[in-house]
Amino acid sequence: MSTATQSPTCVEEFAAQFERLEKNDAFTQSWFHPLRKAALANFVENGFPTTKDEDWRFTNIRGATSTEWAAAADDAKSIAKDALAQYCIGEVAATFVFVDGRYADALSSTDGVSNGVVVKRLADALDSDSAQLKPYLGQILKQKNNAFALLNTAFVEDGVYVFVPKNAVLDKPIHIVYASTANDRPTVSHPRTLIVAEDNAQASVVESFVGIGSANSLTISVTELAVGPGANLFHHKIVEEALNAYHFGTIGAWLDRDSRCTSTNVCVDGKLTRNNVESYLKGEGGCCTFNGLSMLRDEQLVDNHLRIEHVAPHCESWQYFKGIYDGASHGVFAGRIYVHDDAQKTDAKQTNQSLLLSDKAQIDSKPQLEIFADDVKCTHGATIGQIDEEAVFYLRARGLNETAARNMLVHAFANETLEQIAIDPLRERLEAIVLDRLPKG
Amino acid sequence: MALLEIRNLHAHVEGNEILRGINLTVNAGEVHSIMGPNGSGKSTLAQVLAGKDAYEITEGEVIYNGKDLLDMEPDERACEGVFLAFQYPVEIPGVSTNYFLRAAVNAKRKHHGQDELDAVDFLELVKEKAALVELDSKLLNRAVNEGFSGGEKKRNEIFQMSVLDPTLAILDETDSGLDIDALKTVAHGVNTLRGPERAMIVVTHYQRLLDYIVPDFVHVLREGRIVKSGGKELALELEAKGYAWVDEEIKTAAAAS
Ligand SMILES: Nc1ncnc2c1ncn2[C@@H]1O[C@H](COP(=O)(O)OP(=O)(O)OP(=O)(O)O)[C@@H](O)[C@H]1O
Ligand SMILES: [Mg+2]
Repeated sequence: MSTATQSPTCVEEFAAQFERLEKNDAFTQSWFHPLRKAALANFVENGFPTTKDEDWRFTNIRGATSTEWAAAADDAKSIAKDALAQYCIGEVAATFVFVDGRYADALSSTDGVSNGVVVKRLADALDSDSAQLKPYLGQILKQKNNAFALLNTAFVEDGVYVFVPKNAVLDKPIHIVYASTANDRPTVSHPRTLIVAEDNAQASVVESFVGIGSANSLTISVTELAVGPGANLFHHKIVEEALNAYHFGTIGAWLDRDSRCTSTNVCVDGKLTRNNVESYLKGEGGCCTFNGLSMLRDEQLVDNHLRIEHVAPHCESWQYFKGIYDGASHGVFAGRIYVHDDAQKTDAKQTNQSLLLSDKAQIDSKPQLEIFADDVKCTHGATIGQIDEEAVFYLRARGLNETAARNMLVHAFANETLEQIAIDPLRERLEAIVLDRLPKG
Repeated sequence: MALLEIRNLHAHVEGNEILRGINLTVNAGEVHSIMGPNGSGKSTLAQVLAGKDAYEITEGEVIYNGKDLLDMEPDERACEGVFLAFQYPVEIPGVSTNYFLRAAVNAKRKHHGQDELDAVDFLELVKEKAALVELDSKLLNRAVNEGFSGGEKKRNEIFQMSVLDPTLAILDETDSGLDIDALKTVAHGVNTLRGPERAMIVVTHYQRLLDYIVPDFVHVLREGRIVKSGGKELALELEAKGYAWVDEEIKTAAAAS
């Protein structure tokens, strides 16, 4: 990467924003400041990736990097509760709402949190829980060239910190809503979520990234998941950004001995969405599952990039990514399984299935295996296809009209992913979105 | 008026003529068996009747219940009472038999101006018909035909037929791959549906099935034409003498004329 070939204005703009922040003592005196500074320096040195970079070959982000992004106003813009009602996921332990990155107190609540579970704003936790945060915040991601994760680290102001202590079980999910709105100037936010689950803890967290109205937003998010020994974490990331919105999200996961982490990512709206995942299976017996479903139309793009590292032996990793592509939409999938030389008895599987509803849609799918242990099982498979015409005929021969037959097949394709979501209202809502997108007839 | 009248039907696929002038009249209450060697066009005929658009009809007509069958969409044909039990039933990931079958039953009911069946009534119907063909009803909540044995797939076809209650049933090699017990069960399911207002076309390779589903007429299909027709004895004769015998007969007849 070199800064010469790309839009330096945007890079310089971020550097200038950082300088302004540094005039504030509270900012520079925080324990987190050295990490911010290092991240910014790294970002400025490398700049934004371009399509010349192997990991960005299929995803052109010039639209995002040639825009001057403004920081949001200091106070959360007030938005009506009604505007968020549709994103509700039923009974929850806590709801945290951020508007353009700013905490919206009136829309948030933590009533259902108990058992010593901590759920608080990251802005508060940075000071009050610094000892607990230090081993995790900024420590989970190992890939040093991720420009967007670097920007988040440099600029993050708020987000959510979830701490589930040893043996605690949170029976209702935590819902985090990062909403973006339409602003006079294109606006950037840097939300960050850190979830720490201690030994044998269990929790379920939903992050919803939503666009209200025609938001001209850039969301640069980082989600860090630290899953302790025997813990079981369910994470969901739902992307319903505005039609003009850019989303660059990074998820980093650490899995300890015998732990499980299941992260399900559903993208149904946004102009360009890039999901980077890094997962490290660090203790024997760990198991991580990453599910993905994109349902795109027009010129939308979703790019899922995963890097699963098997560090310890006897771990399992599963990647199941599906996409339904209409219009001139574009899906990118790159899943890398990296097996360290000690990680014997690794069992890793990766599949990427694409359903094309239009001949203008484009798919780029790339499995990458790097295996340094000799006793492992790694499989990958990608399928790209249209709706199975034999199946359409079979259903029609039973009496379903053509639209009903096709919709049933698309719905079934999506449902294989949605069925993995155990939160009924969330799953039902996503199912309704899928059905709503299908042609009526 | 015949229930089904096929006149001089020609069908092409990818430039090859597969059906070369089929004539067949099927009256309500009749069971017709179509036999013939591999590749003779039996499945093509069955699929053309069900409305598969991969085949191009170049000549001829098909009148079903007084209507132009070839002019109807496949789903319209189904709603009007045509049913095809597929030789190779497809697997449909993520769609259970019960799920699509309820949609199919209700599409048909809607077509006839009837109210939709609610979930309770539908399950009642499904239970009864699954028992008829001894199909494990657990299979009905699994993805259609996915991981089903050959026998289970065929039973599932006959089960669907029983639920949809067709006027014209076309069974394409429903007997292949069945052991004798399964064959008897399937035949029982089929026989239950026989009646004066219904007709069946039973495509098969083997006379064996016809011991259990006794046809009124047997036709031999050869290279896209019906070359010989007769009563149920014809099937026994074919079994004993093979298709070569039909060829000999045709040759002899041609020489004599
Ligand atoms: N979709 C297709 N594309 C190309 N050729 C086809 C297609 N369908 C059928 N055929 C050809 O048409 C001929 C008749 O096929 P069909 O399946 O109707 O025969 P069949 O009598 O049912 O045979 P079997 O006893 O093996 O089931 C064969 O030569 C077959 O290869
Ligand atoms: Mg056949």
